[in-house]
Amino acid sequence: MIDQLESRFRAIQPDVDFVSLRYVDERHENLAVRQNIVQPTSTSRDVGAMLTVIDGDGLGYAATSDLSESGLREAVKRATAWARRTQGRGVADFGSMPLDARQGEYQSQVGRTWDSLSLKDKIDLLREHAGRIKKDDRIVDWVAALTGVSSESLLLTSNGGRLHQRFRFVVPHMVAIANEGTETQRRTLGGYGMGRQGGLEILDEIGFTAAPERLADEALELLSAPDCPEGTMDLILAPDQMILQIHESIGHPIELDRILGDERNYAGTSFVTLDMFGSYQYGSELLNVTFDPTRTDELASYGFDDDGMPAEREYVIKEGVLLRPLGGRTSQVRAGVPGVANSRASSWNRPPIDRMANLNLEPGDSSIASMVQSVERGVLMETNCSWSIDDSRNKFQFGCEHGRVIEDGELKHVVKKCNYRGISATFWRNLKGVGTAETVEVMGTPHCGKGEPNQMIRVGHASPTCLFGDVEVFAGD
Amino acid sequence: MQTYFNEVADHITSLLQGNEAFTCTFDGEESDFIRFNQGKVRQAGAVSQRSLQLDLIEGMRHAAGAIVLSGEREEDHARVAGLVKDLRAQRAELPEDPYLLYATEPHDTERVDPSRLPDPVAALGEIQSAAGPHDLVGLYAAGGIHAGFANSFGQRNWFSTHSYNFDWSFYHATDKAVKSGYAGFEWDPSRFQRKVDEAVRKLDVLQRDPHEVPRGHYRVYLTPDALNEMVGMLSWGGFGLKALRTKQTPLLKLAEGEAAFDDSVSIAENTAEGASPNFQESGFLRPDRVSLIDNGHHTASLVSPRSAKEFGVETNGASAGESPESLDMAAGGLPEEGMIERLGTGLYVGNLHYLNWSDLMACKTTGMTRFATFWVEDGEIAAPVNVMRFDESLYRVLGSNLAGLTQERDWLLSPDTYFHRSTHSARLPGALVEDFAFTL
Repeated sequence: MIDQLESRFRAIQPDVDFVSLRYVDERHENLAVRQNIVQPTSTSRDVGAMLTVIDGDGLGYAATSDLSESGLREAVKRATAWARRTQGRGVADFGSMPLDARQGEYQSQVGRTWDSLSLKDKIDLLREHAGRIKKDDRIVDWVAALTGVSSESLLLTSNGGRLHQRFRFVVPHMVAIANEGTETQRRTLGGYGMGRQGGLEILDEIGFTAAPERLADEALELLSAPDCPEGTMDLILAPDQMILQIHESIGHPIELDRILGDERNYAGTSFVTLDMFGSYQYGSELLNVTFDPTRTDELASYGFDDDGMPAEREYVIKEGVLLRPLGGRTSQVRAGVPGVANSRASSWNRPPIDRMANLNLEPGDSSIASMVQSVERGVLMETNCSWSIDDSRNKFQFGCEHGRVIEDGELKHVVKKCNYRGISATFWRNLKGVGTAETVEVMGTPHCGKGEPNQMIRVGHASPTCLFGDVEVFAGD
Repeated sequence: MQTYFNEVADHITSLLQGNEAFTCTFDGEESDFIRFNQGKVRQAGAVSQRSLQLDLIEGMRHAAGAIVLSGEREEDHARVAGLVKDLRAQRAELPEDPYLLYATEPHDTERVDPSRLPDPVAALGEIQSAAGPHDLVGLYAAGGIHAGFANSFGQRNWFSTHSYNFDWSFYHATDKAVKSGYAGFEWDPSRFQRKVDEAVRKLDVLQRDPHEVPRGHYRVYLTPDALNEMVGMLSWGGFGLKALRTKQTPLLKLAEGEAAFDDSVSIAENTAEGASPNFQESGFLRPDRVSLIDNGHHTASLVSPRSAKEFGVETNGASAGESPESLDMAAGGLPEEGMIERLGTGLYVGNLHYLNWSDLMACKTTGMTRFATFWVEDGEIAAPVNVMRFDESLYRVLGSNLAGLTQERDWLLSPDTYFHRSTHSARLPGALVEDFAFTL
């Protein structure tokens, strides 16, 4: 198909200033066992291409699932029409920003391939794991699931660019639901955040095998646990909550398209303004955050973004100071600031926009034990279960599945209904401890939503356990 | 496209072996998208896509797969044949599915709404003209949406509609904006202009200095848009039978009689007056109406075929996710006219944003005010408010603290475009609520 596309693309070149073709072929295999019953398996293959045309200062796109020469010709005609309709009406002179004529390849690093286990063997694996979750009558629902994804993309440009990338992902999931009366508690394997780039070796890396009994035990324990204490106190967040905290209150607010206003009608704006880059104290001096699509094991690792810019690791926050936004080439030109290679589309049928890709909090020098010992009164929270933040990405309230009270430097009893709230602009300045590299977990989500038309995309986050001071902590009703 | 889908279905039939059966669904759209920022075009283009979801069945074993169709007969027949072959191989490795249930009595239906959409160039011109000097940001999405069902028992269902959905905001500054929506099937310039004029009037109020509301409990009026965000949370696992029987629904206390909403609260899945197809992926037809909450009490759940088999009840045509697609909340007795005076002193909440559960079993949600939300004092709009976080139980908002629902209701066509343009809709009143908790 790749060879055919290249020859067809050469054959349909219209009389315009620039044209590109972005092809995506993505396959999913979803396997799940719920209550020891194999759920309907579903496989999917999504294939298509987006033709993007620049003519004068106008830009238009057309996406099609018809990859024949006539189908591509029709699509490029529609893209050309949109480029010409929008001449003189755009937010920028798109004629000044054709893609570079870059050539390159990227391929995921895979240990054990998805197909190294047969379908039956994968189902048997899930059945065995699911069977271990149901260890008590109060476990009323339980699921073990695996999704395997393979994705291939090709970006061709009329000025000779050719970028070919092949990705492999595995997204495991497990949940135990415990109930007694009208009290229901759940424990999941890292929320929905355990996906990584790679193969089935991921299951060993994330502790999939040991998870069933632990999740069941913890869900049962939560049923009779007291509510989370209330008050202003220290808060230790495990990596499976830190990824959400990073995602919502660092990642989104520093996306350049939000700062430029593109997202104001949907995902929202940002409290961050362009003049803050280079000087704004986003957090304490312990806060170091990198944009890193070059790390091989995260969900949004790649060689090139969908505008063809090469992936490079960049500090976006160093020693607490905000350095650069998450903005791809189009946003960088519009804003006149340097950014990163993060112009990405969810698939062939959506145009690229600024996304956070892999956004990681760099490890520090505190062990978990030392952070706990430093807390007089606080809570250690694990596993995100609720997230809400204002449209400027400032006032947030997050909830966790599981908590443990800390008193006088010691971990005490388990608590349920764990919530905390704060303001991004001040929360990170109260970062008092950052865990060592041994506490880092590589996680991410396949479900980051944004954009008009809407796009859901994979993003990666790696984070250590962290300690924050003066946080407003509370329970539910 | 309907003819094309029927040909594909016939082709699948021709590929069956032995006692095989199948169900399949089709989704297609041809959409124009124009994205605006500051009244100018950020991105504009077109998307043409069609996909087929096929469940290949033999006895109680089955395997499901989805592919994209190109629209070219020869190519698609080859893709379908490849899918059938793959699913047959997968099925051999899978155990029997005790909860497999699909329609076997054919019930054909057809709904085809012809296109009365404006030319996209005309729409673009009208929108930019209406924007004038204002900072307009948003998305115009328009075009055909098609859905089909077919099975090996000869059932054929088809749904085809052509709609537009212009979802936009006028911004004053920073986060101060008026959100508007104009959706339908036939563009009416005068109606669109009225929407624009109404938004501009609200924009004037946003230019006043904002009022900082301290934490506390306030009397609020939730517009239908704002109430839709709260009630929409119940669509997230609230109304399905599986969520009820596995004790995960936020309405568990309502269903078990430990809590109740106000008598005026009635919620239904109203397929007859919605914009979604009246058939689902296993071939079952949806009744015109399923009452979910009646006079404050839980009456029924949405039941997918799979849940029907698992829990031994009849399906009512719900999709696998068991969420409402055409939510209908009954009107109340308060006239919308004079609502500001009736509110007296409190908050007029135009929109809510980014809701989530803060205590699922207490049916408690948290979220933010957004867009045109005003401080009202002595029956008059005094000032816009800076965004506030709320944290409230729906058992209070629609129960003990509900002062009334409006007589008038708005029909809201979902602007969602994840993967494809949505046909979901909601019809709701506004709500006057006492002691609504703001926390940050």
